[in-house]
Amino acid sequence: MEEQLKQLQEEAVKKAAAAQDLKELNDIRVAYLGKKGPVTEVLKGMGKLSAEERPKMGALVNVVREAITTAIETKQSSLEAEAIQKQLAEESVDVTLPGRPVKLGGHHPLTRVTEEIEDLFIGMGYTIAEGPEVEQDYYNFEALNLPKGHPARDMQDTFYITPELLLRTHTSPVQVRTMLKHAGKGPVKIICPGKVYRRDSDDATHSHQFNQIEGLVVGENIRMSDLKGTLDAFAKRMFGEDREIRLRPSFFPFTEPSVEVDVSCMCGGKGCSICKGTGWIEVLGAGMVHPNVLEMAGFDSTVYSGFAFGMGQERIAMLKYGIDDIRHFYTNDMRFLKQFSVHE
Amino acid sequence: MFVSYKWLSQYVDIADQSPEELAEKITRAGIEVEGVDMPASDMKGIVVGYVQSREQHPNADKLSKCMVDVGEEEPVQIICGAKNVDAGQYVAVARTGAVLPGNFKIKRAKLRGEESNGMICSLSELGIESRLNPKEYAEGIFNFPNDVTPGEDALAALNRDDAILELSLTPNRSDALSMIGVAYEVAAILGRSVTIPQPNPAEGNEHAAEAVQIRIDAPEDNPVYIGRVVKNVQVGPSPLWMQTLLMNAGVRPHNNVVDITNYVLMEYGQPLHAFDLDRVGTGEIVVRRAEEGETFVTLDDAERTLSADQLVITNGKEPIALAGVMGGANSEVHAGTVNVLIESAYFDGQIVRAASKAHGLRSEASARFEKGVDPARVKAACDRAAQLMAELAGGTVLAGSVVAGEYAPEPKKVSITLDRLNTRLGTDLQMGGVEDIFSRLQFQTETNGDEITVTVPTRRGDITIPEDLTEEVARLYGYDHIPLTLPEGESLPGGLSPYQLGRRTARRYLEGAGFYQAVTYSLTSEKRATQFALEVRKPVALAMPMSEERAFLRESLLPHLMEVASYNSARQMGSASLYETGAVYLNEGENVQPKEEERIAGIVTGLWQEHVWQGEKKPADFFAVKGVIEGLAARFGLTDRLSFEQAGPEGFHPGRTASVLLDRQPIGVVGQLHPALAKEVDLKEAYMFELKLDVLLQAAREELSYTAIPRFPSISRDIALVVDRAVKAAELEGIIKEAGGSLLTNVHVFDVYEGERMEEGKKSVAFALTYVNPDKTLTDEEVTAVHEKVLTALKEKANADLRT
Ligand SMILES: [Zn+2]
Repeated sequence: MEEQLKQLQEEAVKKAAAAQDLKELNDIRVAYLGKKGPVTEVLKGMGKLSAEERPKMGALVNVVREAITTAIETKQSSLEAEAIQKQLAEESVDVTLPGRPVKLGGHHPLTRVTEEIEDLFIGMGYTIAEGPEVEQDYYNFEALNLPKGHPARDMQDTFYITPELLLRTHTSPVQVRTMLKHAGKGPVKIICPGKVYRRDSDDATHSHQFNQIEGLVVGENIRMSDLKGTLDAFAKRMFGEDREIRLRPSFFPFTEPSVEVDVSCMCGGKGCSICKGTGWIEVLGAGMVHPNVLEMAGFDSTVYSGFAFGMGQERIAMLKYGIDDIRHFYTNDMRFLKQFSVHE
Repeated sequence: MFVSYKWLSQYVDIADQSPEELAEKITRAGIEVEGVDMPASDMKGIVVGYVQSREQHPNADKLSKCMVDVGEEEPVQIICGAKNVDAGQYVAVARTGAVLPGNFKIKRAKLRGEESNGMICSLSELGIESRLNPKEYAEGIFNFPNDVTPGEDALAALNRDDAILELSLTPNRSDALSMIGVAYEVAAILGRSVTIPQPNPAEGNEHAAEAVQIRIDAPEDNPVYIGRVVKNVQVGPSPLWMQTLLMNAGVRPHNNVVDITNYVLMEYGQPLHAFDLDRVGTGEIVVRRAEEGETFVTLDDAERTLSADQLVITNGKEPIALAGVMGGANSEVHAGTVNVLIESAYFDGQIVRAASKAHGLRSEASARFEKGVDPARVKAACDRAAQLMAELAGGTVLAGSVVAGEYAPEPKKVSITLDRLNTRLGTDLQMGGVEDIFSRLQFQTETNGDEITVTVPTRRGDITIPEDLTEEVARLYGYDHIPLTLPEGESLPGGLSPYQLGRRTARRYLEGAGFYQAVTYSLTSEKRATQFALEVRKPVALAMPMSEERAFLRESLLPHLMEVASYNSARQMGSASLYETGAVYLNEGENVQPKEEERIAGIVTGLWQEHVWQGEKKPADFFAVKGVIEGLAARFGLTDRLSFEQAGPEGFHPGRTASVLLDRQPIGVVGQLHPALAKEVDLKEAYMFELKLDVLLQAAREELSYTAIPRFPSISRDIALVVDRAVKAAELEGIIKEAGGSLLTNVHVFDVYEGERMEEGKKSVAFALTYVNPDKTLTDEEVTAVHEKVLTALKEKANADLRT
C-alpha cells in the first residue's frame, strides 16, 4: 500500500509538471485528489488496517496529498504567468507612434502680455478699470489738459466720428472716468488696458489699432520716487531681475513733470540691434498727474498728487518675443498664433 | 530742429564737449537728440580748386576738359560733366584717392580718351541734400565765393566738418526752436554762461518813420509789429559761412537779404519777413483780417482764397503777405531790390495755425508762431537783421524802428516751497541746490523762508505753475538721483472684478477646447460692418477714414474671423479653430456714444478631430460647435437656462443654424457659414458662433451652491420614440421634463434615426431618462407610474409612439 501511494505521488507530480494548460492541470487535480480519485480510495481503505498501522498510513497519505497539491499549484502559477506573458506580448504597441492629439488652443500674444502685466500690478494692489473705445472729445482730450486747438493734440492723430466723438487715442479717458467716480476721494490705484486707435498708416512699426495699458495712482502723498520705484519693480518682474530703468524728461500735457522710461537692454548695455547700440529701450511714458487733470476730475491738487504711466502691449510683445512686424498681431496667421500657446 | 555744433559754439563754450557727449547730456536733460550727423566723417581728400582753363572735350559734347589748380606746383587735368563749369571758378575737387559719401572712391580714370585726375563736385555729391542747395548750383557744381585758396580743405570751407544735432522737440519746448534757446539749455546743463549778440546797427540820417507807416487793425491777433528799413542794399549771394550754416540748419540759401532773415529766424527763433519796400508801393503797412473770399498770390506763385479767420499784411490796399505764414509774390525781394522793409512781429499762434492749416503751408516761421515766440526778442531780432543787412548787403539802415502796438508781457512769477518740491519728487534737496539750478537756467529767484519765487523769462512760456518748476529742478538735478520708493499709506486689495475673471474663464475654456485667440480690427468696410450682426443698425462711420476698408465700426466679430480663417486656409492651414472676444459698436444716434457690447465669437473650419495613423478624421459640424457653446454655458452654470431655436439669419446655412437663447432671450447665433458666402472667401465648410459675452457673464454672476450627492440609487429607462420629422428634440425633451417632475433628474438624447427603415416623414429619437429620489430608494412601481405619465404626455403633445 505504501508502495502504491509512492507510485501515485510520483505519477501525479510528473503529470502535473507536464500539463500543457490550466484545464489539463485541473483534470489532474480531479483525477488524483478528487472524491473518486486514488488518494481518496486509499483513505477509504484505511478501515481495514490495524490500529497501529492506521496513523502511520494516515500521515503518509497526507504527505502524498500535500506533495501532489504543491506540484499542481506550482505548475498552476507557472502556467498562469505564461498566460499573462502571452497576453501581454500580444497586447504590446509601438510606443513611438504618435499619440491621439489633444486639441490645443492658446492666448493671442497681446492677451498674454496684457494678462501678465495685469497680474503683476494686481499683485501690487491695483484693480483693472475699463471703459468705452468710442469716447467723447472731453474725456479723451479736454479733461486731460488738452483743450481744443492745443498744439499737443497733433501728437495723437485722431479718428473722429463727429467733432465731439472719436475713437480713443489712449486709455487715459478711463482714468478720468475712474477719478470722477471716486468723487475727489483717494486713494485710486488702477490700471487701464484696452484697444486704442490713431490715424496712422499700417506698416511694420505702425498700426491704426493697438493696445495700451495705463496706470494711475492718486493719493495724499504720491511722489515721483514712488513712480520710479513702481516702474522699477515692474521692469524687473516683466523683463528680468537684472534690468534697470532710466527716466528721461519728456512732455505729455496730462503729466507734469513728464518722463520717458527706458529699460536696460538684455544685451547688458553692450549695445545691440534692439537697443540700437544705446543699451536702453524706450518702453513707457509716465509722469506726475498734472494738477489741472486732478482738479478737472474733482481732486484737490493741493491735497492729492498722483502718478500715471502708459505702455503699449504690441511694443512689449515685440521686445519680449522678438517680433519684427506689428502687423503680425492683426493678421492672425495660425503659424504665428500657435507659437504663443506654450507656457513659460 | 537741426543744431549746428559750430554755430552753437558762438553762444556757449562747448569746446570740451564732443558732439556725442553733448547730445547725450541734452537728451538726459529733457530734449531728445535723435541723431548726430558728422557729414565729413565719410568723406576725405576734398580740396578747393581753381579752374584755370576749360575747353571742350575733344570726343564728347557734354564733357569739359579743365586744368585745375589744387594748390600744387602743377595744375591737374579733370574731365567734368557739369554744364556750369568754367574757367575762373573756385570749386570743390575730390582728388584721386578721395572718398565721397556712400564710400564712393575717386580713381584716376580716362574718360573718352582724356585723363581725369579727380572730380569737381556738386553740393549733393558732398552730402548736402539737393533741396538745400542754392538754386543756381542745384543742377551743377558749386562755386566758392572768391575768399578761398586752392589746396585748402574744402570740407572745412563748406562747414562740412561740423556736427549736426537733430533735436526732437516736444510741443512745450518751443524755446529750443532757436540757436539762442538751445544755447540757454546747454548753458544750464553745463553750468556755463551764454553770450548773446547785442545788435546795434549803425543808422543813417533818414528816419524809417518817413519811409513807412504801420497800422494794426487787428491788435488781438497782432499786438506788436516792428519795421526797419534798409536802403540801397545790393542783393547777391550771402557769404559762404552764412550759406553753409543755413544748410547745416536745414535751410536753403537764396540771397543775402532772404538768408539774413532766415539766419536771424534760426538764431532768435523770431520769424522775420523782408519786403521790397518799393514794390509795397504805398509806404504803408496795414495789418488786418482778410476779407472773406479775398484772393492773393503767395510767393510760391499759388493763388490763395482767404477767409475772415486769417490775418493779412497789406499795403493799405491789398494783401502783401499772409501773416506769419508766407509773403506775397507782389512784394517779394528779388535780384533788383534796392530798399528793404524788415518785418518783425508777434502774431497770435491760433490765427497763424488756422491759416497754415487752411492753405497747407507749414514753414519754419508758422511753426514758431503757432507755438508762441518770445515777445522780448521781437525788437532785437529786427535790429540784428538790420545790422546784418548793413554789414553783408551793403545797405544803409534808416534811423529808428517803426513800431505799431506794444507787447511786453511781464515775466511770470511762480513760487514753490522746498517742502512741496521734495514731497512731490521724493527727494531731500536743500534750498541752496534749488537756487543753483534756477541760476543755471538764468531764472531770477527770491527766497523767502521755505518758499522760492522764480521770475520766469518770457522765452520760457512753458513754465506757469509750481509743477513746472518741479520739472525744471528734477531734470537738471537728474532723475537718476531720485530714489526708488513705493506708494505709502492706505493699501488696497488688488484683483479682477467678477466680470473680468469670467472673461478670462471664457477665454481659457475656448482655448482648452482647441481654439486659438485672434485679435482683429474694429474698423471695417461698410459691407462687413453689419454682416452677420445679431442686431443690425446703421453702422457708426468715421468722419474722415483713411481707406474704405477701415471706415466703419463693426457690429459683429464674425466678418473678420471669417477673413482670418480664409487667410489661413489659403496658406494650407486647412483646419482652424479661432475665437475672439471684443466689442461691437451699436449706433445710438448722432453724437451719442455707441453702445459697446462685448462679444465672444468663433469659427471652425476643416477637421474637428484627427488622428492620422489610426485613420480617424472627424470634420467639424454644427454639433461640434454647438457642443462648445453648451460647454461654455455649463462652465458658467447656465446649462438649464440655455436653449436653441432653429433660425435663418442672413449669411448662414438656412437648415444648419440656430439662435442661442438664455432665459428665452436671444444672446447669439451658431451655424454654418452659408456655402455661397464660404465660396466667396475660398472656404469649404465653416461653422461659426457669436454670443453676447456681457449678457452671459452677467447671468453667471451667482454664488455657487452645493447640492448633496444622491445617497440612493438611480433607475434608468430608455425610450425610443417615433415622431414626425419636423418635431424638434428640444420639444420632446421639454415634454419629458415637464411630465417627469422632480424624480426625473436627467434626460438626454442617445440616438436619432431617420433612415429607410422608418415610415415616410417619420424619425426615431431615443432618450435615456434617469430617475432618482434624493430621500429614499425608488421602487419600480414609483418609477413606472411617473414613466407612464411621461409616455402619455409625449403621445398627447407630440403624437410620439414608442418604437417597436
Ligand atoms: Zn541692446
